[in-house]
Amino acid sequence: MTIASPDIIDLLAGITAGSALDRIRTQRPETREQAQKSYLALFQPTDFGDVSAAERHAVASFVAGLHRQPDIFEFYISPFEESGSDRWLIEVIKAEIGAGRAKGPYGQYPDGPLSGENETGPLYQLSPASREALGPKLSAALEHAHLLVFHPRDASPRALQALLDVGWTTNGVVTLSQLVSFVAFQIRVIAGLAVLSTAAKRVAA
Amino acid sequence: MTEHPITPPVDNPPVTFTQAEIGWTPWLQPLAEDDLTERHLKGLVEAARAKSPYFRLLVRDPEVLEARTKTDKDIFYNSRSGLPRAERELAATAASRYNGCIFCASVHSRFASHHSKRGEDVQKLLDEGVEADLGERWNAIVAASVALTATPPIFGDEHISRLSAAGLDELEIADVIHGAAFFNWANRLMLSLGEPTPAN
Repeated sequence: MTIASPDIIDLLAGITAGSALDRIRTQRPETREQAQKSYLALFQPTDFGDVSAAERHAVASFVAGLHRQPDIFEFYISPFEESGSDRWLIEVIKAEIGAGRAKGPYGQYPDGPLSGENETGPLYQLSPASREALGPKLSAALEHAHLLVFHPRDASPRALQALLDVGWTTNGVVTLSQLVSFVAFQIRVIAGLAVLSTAAKRVAA
Repeated sequence: MTEHPITPPVDNPPVTFTQAEIGWTPWLQPLAEDDLTERHLKGLVEAARAKSPYFRLLVRDPEVLEARTKTDKDIFYNSRSGLPRAERELAATAASRYNGCIFCASVHSRFASHHSKRGEDVQKLLDEGVEADLGERWNAIVAASVALTATPPIFGDEHISRLSAAGLDELEIADVIHGAAFFNWANRLMLSLGEPTPAN
């Protein structure tokens, strides 16, 4: 027997059974199911392949923290809270979220008419102490996640080389890229539906 | 052994937002068509996608690609009810324009133009950016998509009120949210795993 995982978007957007937003999501059953399956494929895969469960949760909580979504951060960091040996990671990730705060999207366009729209912003690197604590592989993953979260148009083959140099495989980079990008999607669905849900309740009241 | 990215020589790369049929080339090695197993083919969802280097790269994680593809298709193609397809594509184009994904914006601006028959307004969004005046209903959809795309997102009650005032009901507003949110997934993949190539 398997225990069904709750729908994470409903859970984090505060959508309860029978509410107005539940009825709206019910009209898009495939979107609801496949968004959940995307979550499960990234966080409860049958085979973790080249990206460990801890790496997945560390990166996802970092991405949620950079988006300043405390509930989603808490959701992704929670496995570390329950773990005796990895609890130290929480404070390191929190410190790096604080250090990595920015507003996006920024970045450079290819040289040409769009250069006038170039926006500068921070090029984030972990503190030496955090890098030492997290190791080169997870450190590189967090730096790449920051690039994807805030200034994806600055991405380059060199950024991928930085991952490969510290032991990420091509398969691992694909999963990592999907994970960061999926969480960027999930956060926006949750944030958007939470605002819509509050507005719907006000109308009904 | 350390693997290496591909640095493709791209002559004459697209440097503006365009509705032309530009291409895309990967920075990491896609799987070869001949090496695709049943598991990979299931992840591709449609056999024709095996021709695309982008999908043959993403299929290195087939279960994630399968769920992502099905999420994408339902958000954009399931338009029996709710927001018209043209306006879902408008939300996708606005997110792509704001994040700066020239390739994504080219594909979805073409779809927006095709389904709306308002190619000039779509071009205005590409040329002038997300502040372009496209009429109130489209302005409201673009503004909501941009507020969700901002990092962190700044989407709030005022965006819902404006969409409501423009005539969108709750299901249609949820469709705008999903269309814009999905491109925050797609843009990051397209921008970070390869680059656009010129139209033939």
